[in-house]
Amino acid sequence: MLKLPPLFSAPPTPGALGVFAHLDTTLDAIKRLRAAGHADFTVYSPIPRHELEDALGAPVSPVRMFTLIGGIAGCSIGAWLSLWMSEDWPVQVGGKPIGSIPPYVVIMFEMTILFGALTTILGILLNTLFARRRAGTILYDPRFTNDRFGVFVPAGSDKVAAAEKLLRDAGAEEVRRA
Amino acid sequence: MAESRTPSTTRVTYDYVTRTIARTLGTPSRGYFLLLATAVALLGIGIITLIFLLRYGLGLAGYSHPVYWAVFITCFVFWVGIAHSGTLISAILFLFRSGWRTAVYRTAEAMTVFAVMTAGLFPLIHIGRQWYFYWLIPYPNERGLWPNFKSPLIWDEFAIGTYFTVSTLFLIMGLIPDIAAVRDLATGWRKKLYAITSVGWTGSNEQWRHYTRGYLYLAALATPLVLSVHSVVSWDFAMAVVPGWHTTIFAPYFVAGAIYSGCGMVITLLTPIRRIFGLEEIITVKHFENLAKLCLLTGSIVGYAYACEYFLAWYSGSATERAAFWYRAFGSYWWATWTMIICNGFLPLLLWSKTVRTNITALFVISIFVNIGMWFERYVIIVVSLAGEPFTKWTNAVYNPTWADWGIMAGSFGWFFMWFLLFVKNFPAVSISEVKEVLAPPRRGQARAVGGGTGAHH
Repeated sequence: MLKLPPLFSAPPTPGALGVFAHLDTTLDAIKRLRAAGHADFTVYSPIPRHELEDALGAPVSPVRMFTLIGGIAGCSIGAWLSLWMSEDWPVQVGGKPIGSIPPYVVIMFEMTILFGALTTILGILLNTLFARRRAGTILYDPRFTNDRFGVFVPAGSDKVAAAEKLLRDAGAEEVRRA
Repeated sequence: MAESRTPSTTRVTYDYVTRTIARTLGTPSRGYFLLLATAVALLGIGIITLIFLLRYGLGLAGYSHPVYWAVFITCFVFWVGIAHSGTLISAILFLFRSGWRTAVYRTAEAMTVFAVMTAGLFPLIHIGRQWYFYWLIPYPNERGLWPNFKSPLIWDEFAIGTYFTVSTLFLIMGLIPDIAAVRDLATGWRKKLYAITSVGWTGSNEQWRHYTRGYLYLAALATPLVLSVHSVVSWDFAMAVVPGWHTTIFAPYFVAGAIYSGCGMVITLLTPIRRIFGLEEIITVKHFENLAKLCLLTGSIVGYAYACEYFLAWYSGSATERAAFWYRAFGSYWWATWTMIICNGFLPLLLWSKTVRTNITALFVISIFVNIGMWFERYVIIVVSLAGEPFTKWTNAVYNPTWADWGIMAGSFGWFFMWFLLFVKNFPAVSISEVKEVLAPPRRGQARAVGGGTGAHH
């Protein structure tokens, strides 16, 4: 098996992982954790759910700034490409001005979309990468992409027992320690 | 992201969805290899034809003065059109929050990417000297030349290039959580493949937070894009002063036609996939009926556009315009025109009947005729407009495609189906996470599991 350099795998984080069979028990665990003052826990789910998003209360993803900046940059590059290149190699076509805006709107539009999409992808990749670096290497279970929800609470050896109890009380069907 | 809906049967749980869709990646049957071999054989015919075209020149194709845009450009527009409904289903219906799209959008999206890959080959074949294709790209060169940005062909290059890039990214983005789901079930070399291609997806809250936002923006960007691409393709024609081309109706007319043909192709592709992979409980008759309704809507717009074209040709009072449309309907190519009018103008009217819309065999047959009709529409617009009035007096001979045209066209079908068949066996052809989104989530006490949503069936 391919061994990835340590650049990509952060050091393991100690803590407790709860496996949940139900959405409402997972929501319960999130509420209890937030009430107990935890903020850096990770929730796994096979699908995105608004209930989870609301329970976690995370701010809107900064990906939208990437899309906006990329779109504006693309539009400007499209305008610059078509206008500057027309002036640099001026050719009269169909009696129209050398720098003719209406046909160049097509180029500007397509470049807006292209750069907007590329920077959106970049935004998703960078933001998830940073989130992963922050969380470190944490416990995971292959059932989380199928039909189970999961909550991982980072906790040192002194607090891990309390975290395990909290997860079990919320209705976790299985609790593991790392 | 989506409303929870009552599942069609209580048997359809998250686990059922994962396992049923993952099963489509199992060992292929003999029938699959037979289909793949047919596709590769067709592609072989295309490659051999291309070698002949390179050796002896484009004269092998049926080009004859004044018809210098013919089957290759017809196929280009045909394949770009096929691509469009994929983006309609994956992006536009996503923004409309249509729950039913989840079961069919992956197939449609893969179809989009492979259809654009196919379409992109035709301008290259058509230019004759493929190795000079980069002349289209604005790159600094020693002669200080730049492309003419007032030309619709340059717009087209930008539109198709952007469309291919964005639709590929959109397909890959949608695939990542599903590849992770099959990674967690797979063994052996496939586990390694999926471990790399799922780029570390675990479904953590931070991943979903950025992913769902980004996906929303990609859909929002793809929506105007798809409408622009076929508009730009239509301007390749509409910008030229040729009777039958030079009309402002072209952009909406082409976009509607594109979605019509694309929905036809989605039905053509989904019918065997559903049967072979046993996905009857995930892709239901309801999905086919909705696709048929889309066909009916867009087919009616196309039929209206046909009527509009003929009316305006008469109403314009222009003798040339009238002669061009008279030639179209009653000239040497009357058979092509009437194939197109019957397949696209009248055939979709059958879909007003619920009995037809819910009969999958009938829909499959109709979808084949939709594809044929839409190919002929492009043939009529391109070839017949160039061959007809007012150009007949300079015609050398009636244009007829040759074996080289058909060989390249057969190759394009082989190329498309080869990629599509390889895709459905190696990656989830139905979205796993999005199909789960329209199910009621598991809750403590199964009595509450059903009826968690608006009551609308997906």
